[in-house]
Amino acid sequence: MAAKWFLGVWMILVILGAFFYAPASLGLGQISRIIFFHIPTAWVTVLAFLMCAIYSLRYLKKRQPGDDMAASVSAELGFLFCIIATVSGSIFAKATWGSYWNWDPRETSIFVLLLIYGAYFALRTSVDEPERRGSLSAVYALLAFVTVPILVFVVPRIPAVQSLHPSESVVSTGGEFTMDGRMLTVLLASLAGFTGVLAWVFSLRMRAARLLGTIPQRKED
Amino acid sequence: MTSSSNWGSESLAVLWKDLLSEFRTRYSLSAVLLFSVTALAVVSFSVSPYALDPEAKAAFLWIVLFFSAMSGLSRSFVREEETRTALALRLSASADAVYMGKLLFNIVLQSAVAAIVVPLFLLLMDTRPANPALLTAATALGTLALASSSTIIAAIVSRANAKGALFAVLAFPLSLPGLSSAIGATAEALRGSMPEAGIGAAGDIRVLIAYSALMIAASLLLFDYVWNS
Repeated sequence: MAAKWFLGVWMILVILGAFFYAPASLGLGQISRIIFFHIPTAWVTVLAFLMCAIYSLRYLKKRQPGDDMAASVSAELGFLFCIIATVSGSIFAKATWGSYWNWDPRETSIFVLLLIYGAYFALRTSVDEPERRGSLSAVYALLAFVTVPILVFVVPRIPAVQSLHPSESVVSTGGEFTMDGRMLTVLLASLAGFTGVLAWVFSLRMRAARLLGTIPQRKED
Repeated sequence: MTSSSNWGSESLAVLWKDLLSEFRTRYSLSAVLLFSVTALAVVSFSVSPYALDPEAKAAFLWIVLFFSAMSGLSRSFVREEETRTALALRLSASADAVYMGKLLFNIVLQSAVAAIVVPLFLLLMDTRPANPALLTAATALGTLALASSSTIIAAIVSRANAKGALFAVLAFPLSLPGLSSAIGATAEALRGSMPEAGIGAAGDIRVLIAYSALMIAASLLLFDYVWNS
């Protein structure tokens, strides 16, 4: 109960810190403040994807409808944060490298994640029986989860890909600006805050689903 | 649990059944070939091949091959559901055998399409591949990658309602790593001769092999949940 107020105050402090406490980057100016929102949302969407895969696996093993609901809810939240991450990343790309979309490896992987989420919901809406819907979408979520690491970790390391595209590394090699201590503080605080937002909204959705009776009674085996 | 010798002969029996019924009607093959030849014709008609660099040519080739796969590879499972033979199949063979049989069928189908499309492509684009061996390897492995990701998606789609568009929507994000590596390897094969092309394409070839192995392994583990849901 108190946690949500704490989370609210934390996020207010994060937003204030992003605009007033952290310094603007020397090279980029005020637009660099977008990373305090872009990086955490990208992180949260991957986290939500991981949650979806875990709940899907649990559903396949135990067939509890609550797990299927949890997988669906985490996919919805992941989709939302993925859209935010894609749009904010695109704005940042325009400011830094001059074009909204370059098919840089990181941009490609966030786009593929967007497509996977969209496909997941397309699949869910096209099956009527709840049990079959649960197992088919669980299988798809797990297949997608298994494919994503190749895209994220293997494809960017192929020499041909690296030589064609400018590397988008921002935090890892310092990019165009060094990570001032205050920027790092706000970034880490923002990461924690957005993770908290994900957890909070997820629990809200699950509670609402249980209260509305959207989840059938627990199956007794 | 069926023994491994049963497993192998069961999957070959499934493959043979599908090949026979395909040979008798030739629905899938005709539809897919018609699509791919038409697409090739449109590309060749509208773009001068001499204005295209190897990356663009490779991309065009794989666009045609990929969308041919999207129109053809779901047929094997969807037809089982439509003709109501799926239940009989579930009863007569183990899930793993059914998956392997359908996978082999998809590989054969996609290879047949590639065997016709790629030479036609080289003809229309007036291209002599600088590295024919690499081109063959890239095409073969890319075909394997497409078939291995499409088969389980076809099984998923056959158990859902809106079968047509859903297959491409589900399959594209999963096929993307294989597709992008196939395009890269093909571009290298069109561009340069050994050893430069070999080194440049080595990473892509490795990704294709790893990707196909990963998708087949994951599909074998998960297929049971789809087939018997």
